[in-house]
Amino acid sequence: MVIQLKGYGRLTPDRLNATFAALADPTRRAILARLASGEASVTELAEPFDLTQPAVSKHLKVLERAGLISRGKDAQRRPRRLEAAPLAEATDWLERYRQVWEGNFQRLDALLAKMKTTEKTRAHDTR
Amino acid sequence: MPSPGATTITTPGDREVTMTRRFDAPRALVFEAWTNPEHVPHWMLGPEGWTMPVCEIDLRVGGTWHFVWRKADGAEMAMTGVYREVKPPERLVSTEKWGPEWPETINTLTLSEKDGTTTLTNTVLYPSTEARDAALKTGMKEGATQSFDRLARYLRTR
Repeated sequence: MVIQLKGYGRLTPDRLNATFAALADPTRRAILARLASGEASVTELAEPFDLTQPAVSKHLKVLERAGLISRGKDAQRRPRRLEAAPLAEATDWLERYRQVWEGNFQRLDALLAKMKTTEKTRAHDTR
Repeated sequence: MPSPGATTITTPGDREVTMTRRFDAPRALVFEAWTNPEHVPHWMLGPEGWTMPVCEIDLRVGGTWHFVWRKADGAEMAMTGVYREVKPPERLVSTEKWGPEWPETINTLTLSEKDGTTTLTNTVLYPSTEARDAALKTGMKEGATQSFDRLARYLRTR
């Protein structure tokens, strides 16, 4: 059976691995959250996280490789900015997975309601 | 029927996918619905068009389970695994495998109950990050929009 996802052609497995790996780290998620409110230089990013600049640069490299951030034009500050599209693709994916299970679980809700009624009837009968 | 809580999906580590959902029923019933072959084929169906003609469950440590889904056009998917921990109504650990080309995962189901409401947490642990991401991608099958359409129809008929 061939399984094809519609609209996900651009997303290569390597790229996706990089995206999920990048998102797995809490500091990197915090950096992304900070960049969501506007671009920032390495120095500006290092401040709130209590990290050294080399440590921040390391995280930025991972984010950059995953295509989640890019560098602005200002040669002096080299501000980083958020690249929303790959991030949206990754979260979209989880959302679809979630929806499939939500479908299962809503059927389970209906079944549980039925089971509860049956159990009550049974308890009543044996009384 | 209003659902007591939405499903949340997270990737808490490099190799895991965790799913959480609340149910308006005691956990003994949720455990029963999750592990009794009489109930499972009624709800664990995934996207539109699939039925579950085979559902075998040998619910004991070392016992196997085997599910087969089928579509009207003849396509089939099979999944099998072995139970590692069986502690009704709170915990179930089992392995899961889709086929020889797929990595085996370890699935941990926990059910906690409060005031007659159950919180279900199911964590799927993959052997590697790559395996998890590939499975997530394929796990979508043909898109959940169809699943929603069917669900909407199903709910309307109730």
